[in-house]
Amino acid sequence: MLESYLKSRLIEKKILLMTHIVLGYPSFEECFKIIKTMVNAGVDLMELQIPFSEPIADGPVILHANQKSLAEGSTVKKCLDFAQNVTQSFDIPFLFMSYYNILFKYGIDRFAVAMAERNMKGAIVPDLPPEEGQDYLNAMKKYNLDPIFIFSPTTPDERMNYLASFGRGFIYCVARKGVTGLDTDFSGQLNKYLERCRRATHLPLALGFGVKDKNDIDFLKGKTDIAVIGTQTIRLVEKKGVGAVGEFVNSLR
Amino acid sequence: MIERGYYDGFGGAYLPEILVATFDDLEDKFIKAKSDPSFWKEYTDIMSTYSCRPTPVTFAENLTNHFNGARIYIKREDLNHTGAHKANNVMGQGLLVKRMGKTRVIAETGAGQHGVATATMAAKFGFKCTIYMGEVDVQRQRPNVFWMDRLGAEVIPVREGTRILKDAINEAFRDWVGNMDTTHYVLGTACGPHPFPEMVSYFQSIIGKEARKQIMEKEGRLPSRIYACVGGGSNALGIFKEFLDDPVELVGIEAGGRGLDSGRHAARLSSKDASIGVAQGYKTYFLQDSDGQMKETHSVAAGLDYVGVSPILAYLKESGRVRFESATDREVVDAMSLTIKKEGLVPALESAHAFVQAFKEAPKLSKEDIILINQSGRGDKDIFTVADAFDDPRWKEFIKKKAEEYNA
Repeated sequence: MLESYLKSRLIEKKILLMTHIVLGYPSFEECFKIIKTMVNAGVDLMELQIPFSEPIADGPVILHANQKSLAEGSTVKKCLDFAQNVTQSFDIPFLFMSYYNILFKYGIDRFAVAMAERNMKGAIVPDLPPEEGQDYLNAMKKYNLDPIFIFSPTTPDERMNYLASFGRGFIYCVARKGVTGLDTDFSGQLNKYLERCRRATHLPLALGFGVKDKNDIDFLKGKTDIAVIGTQTIRLVEKKGVGAVGEFVNSLR
Repeated sequence: MIERGYYDGFGGAYLPEILVATFDDLEDKFIKAKSDPSFWKEYTDIMSTYSCRPTPVTFAENLTNHFNGARIYIKREDLNHTGAHKANNVMGQGLLVKRMGKTRVIAETGAGQHGVATATMAAKFGFKCTIYMGEVDVQRQRPNVFWMDRLGAEVIPVREGTRILKDAINEAFRDWVGNMDTTHYVLGTACGPHPFPEMVSYFQSIIGKEARKQIMEKEGRLPSRIYACVGGGSNALGIFKEFLDDPVELVGIEAGGRGLDSGRHAARLSSKDASIGVAQGYKTYFLQDSDGQMKETHSVAAGLDYVGVSPILAYLKESGRVRFESATDREVVDAMSLTIKKEGLVPALESAHAFVQAFKEAPKLSKEDIILINQSGRGDKDIFTVADAFDDPRWKEFIKKKAEEYNA
């Protein structure tokens, strides 16, 4: 189980790293190299985004990566095939991240089967609140997969408890308002929010949106269990190529 | 979430968590406003003093004689301030924004009508205003951009995706998730997450409420059929809603573009090309591929050029209460031309879709039948697009000369 894996890792490390890539961007071959580099550099888990044409929660960098991947001919089938290859090659947990329509069109149950067959551990679906997710929750449970739910700074305490009652694996805490890839103010405000998150769940907490360097991660140590790096690595690959990824990940701890 | 807003399986609220609290607040304020009798009065008062409500229904005598069938009436939403039914929704939401105490509004726009209407409302109520508009639409609807600029709105051309209406909606959502404390998103059509479909059709229902009364006063009986164009579906729901329980056939006309076989259209409910999906926060029929990726759409009318459709209309299609047809770009230009010549009325290219189907059916109906067409907007302000659609050589010459003047 993801939760016990994370908790055992947390005995050895103060904070875990989760990274995010968009499948098929810049290409599936490059994605494989990026994953290999990240795993070797000690990344603890990864989310693999299946691209969608309307990614409303994503900012310009990830949006662009989604569009470019689709324009290059990425399909759900190619993403699933790729995931199979990845989980066989690397020994860390992998999650899918995508928007609900991708799962819905594939068939919720069929998608869960496909995940389980490929040894994927869970999924993050940012436009699927539990109220709309009964079929998804049933399927994830049936195949022993973890549905990751999201807290945001606008989520009241009561709703955090409600969301936590559906979540498994860990809770993804969005650091601030706005889309992915914008700057986040790592300050006292964030402390208060993370304290609220901690009170709402016994699950490990991941914090994402705007995490970009060692300073940010140092700030988060002791406050959150997992730091999520999303946009920043995509930016890095765009600017400096896949070769720069290893050094970057090493610089974070 | 207070309520999810389903119409027999269509609709819902597929929201990123960051927006859930905002939608709960909106839902709450909307329910309170609806149950407050002074709110609808405040709404109709402002629509009668600031816009031209009630808008008349016009008996189209010459078209009636021309087709020698049903008596043709036209509901004149083109006479609203800013030239389309969009004003109804925008002013209603503007009153809600005041109640919510927010100071900034954002909106998407396709044809530019909703953008102009929102910018106008923002000017009147003193709100800051940002309008998202696909780059393709910015290019084909420059005059509307000009007026949004004059009205003090910031117009942001959207260069992502297909660069039309759906992409503008995505960008507006991206703005909103960062600025919900000060900002309300004035969604322009009866789509998107709950409560938008219900709220937008609530404000637009003023069209049908008036039309029913007017046609009863004039003819003493109900029309046999009502025709309305369908982009997102707000003008259609606006006129249909009041007649849902009546023995009146309701016909929605979608953009057939270059023809349903061409793949270049925006027909979601009248073609076999769409399937049920979830995007932009709601479940409905979308023009999408088998993976669930949204397809490119096409229409001569930017306001109909959209991949999704109101979940309320998807439900009314499945229940059989509303019939859906499509009109091609070419048919639309012909119907518009005929309406201008016979009646001196200039429907918008969007609205002209409804005229196409009405003209196909009017001759087959008896002289006892009454039909009502919703002229959702005026076409004269879209002179650049319309002139292109008519392929007018003297207009082109004028533009070339004008360009030379600017170059000189």
